[in-house]
Amino acid sequence: MPAKPLPDAEQLLASLTDRMRPSVGPNTGLVGIHTGGVWLAERLHRALGIQLPLGTLDVSFYRDDFSRKGLRRNVKSSDIPFDIDGCAVVIVDDVLYTGRTIRAAMNELFDYGRPASIRLAALVDRGGRELPIAAEFVGATITVQPGENIELTRDAQGRLALQLTRD
Amino acid sequence: MWLNPANPQLNKNGELHHLLSLEGLPADVLRQILDTAASFVGVTQREVKKVPLLRGKAVFNLFFEPSTRTRTTFEIAAKRLSADVINLAINVSSQSKGETVLDTVANLSAMQADMFIVRHSASGAPYLIARHVAPDIHVVNAGDGRHAHPTQGLLDMYTIRHYKGDFTKLRVAIVGDILHSRVARSQIHALTTLGCPEIRVIGPKTLLPAQVDRLGVQVYPDMRQGLKDVDVVMMLRLQNERMTGALLPSAQEFYKYYGLTDDKLALARADAIVLHPGPMNRGVEIDSSVADGKQSVILPQVTFGIAIRMAVMSILAGN
Repeated sequence: MPAKPLPDAEQLLASLTDRMRPSVGPNTGLVGIHTGGVWLAERLHRALGIQLPLGTLDVSFYRDDFSRKGLRRNVKSSDIPFDIDGCAVVIVDDVLYTGRTIRAAMNELFDYGRPASIRLAALVDRGGRELPIAAEFVGATITVQPGENIELTRDAQGRLALQLTRD
Repeated sequence: MWLNPANPQLNKNGELHHLLSLEGLPADVLRQILDTAASFVGVTQREVKKVPLLRGKAVFNLFFEPSTRTRTTFEIAAKRLSADVINLAINVSSQSKGETVLDTVANLSAMQADMFIVRHSASGAPYLIARHVAPDIHVVNAGDGRHAHPTQGLLDMYTIRHYKGDFTKLRVAIVGDILHSRVARSQIHALTTLGCPEIRVIGPKTLLPAQVDRLGVQVYPDMRQGLKDVDVVMMLRLQNERMTGALLPSAQEFYKYYGLTDDKLALARADAIVLHPGPMNRGVEIDSSVADGKQSVILPQVTFGIAIRMAVMSILAGN
């Protein structure tokens, strides 16, 4: 079957950047979730002129499905190179779905300190939430069927694109 | 049997179920452990040095042979994964009352153990236990007789990779009491699997196993020749407690010929690193000025050892 047309990721990122601009400052703590969220966070960090260094999280050690799925291969290192205590944090992820990844990310962040606030930016909100979590900044809301997944890809030139895959 | 008959550490999918020996483990399994450990090094530097991965799991430290350091590092690693840790020094309890190893393990399994960390003076004891536990229980060898000490071998590999990067360009020397050393065997298997092209073993003939060259290593009875141009010097502890009969004239004589001193280390490459599994016998196998010197990475080894044990336990618990 022909792939469903998905919006252009670069355009979504541009509108996400515009939506975030009034609400972030040089001292906002931007934290990307591996892997797609880190790609986005790198671009947002530059475009929004944020001064604090970029943070990255790999939430593998905090996932709630460890006992069913085990530890993923290629776990990346988490790195929060600024003081979380009292910081206004924005977590960045590519696709917001059940909310479980965001819960894991928040749990991990609190092991670095006590942030003043945490907000969430997602390129795509595909619905299907299983936890009371909402994004403050969203590029687009897209409806897809259960069993379908939206993935963010990045090519050699750094161009971002969305891709629909099936389980 | 659901475990792989050719290698009882692996399940049918080729994933690690027990860690018994580094012998026969594929390079990608070794690399997965080293990569996962790298992520745990960051965790141990945070304000909260814990992750919730093994919350609710019971890890039993089953030590049939005394060891403070290894037991402690496993205990710290398990606690940093949020597991509950129960320490048992068996030599002073059940065994002295005549209970067999398998009865001890069966009893602890009935207490809902999830993982056994086993140290035993008999080579092969962790295999025996691994063959008899329920399929959902994992066994980690924390040193068995002269056979293997896989987590020590892994933390040594982690340390070498951290300082030297690519194994395929390295010349590595292992020095001292190879005969009694489970550490040396684990190091040799891991280095070979990871592609190290030149492994030298240095020691007196009485402390080298017969046909050690069959492991693919080069033998140097003369330490000065053996250290020439190496990138990594891995010292071993002189195993006094394992020494039976007159294998050595004296510790002083051993120091003279095989103790690592500044002048001998000067024969290695200028950027060579020095490892030692601890506990050190200063003035026997290593001089204090080397142990505390610029090229020593002995204390980082200890730090990395906790991350390696966290990686091993979390990979096993998830498979």
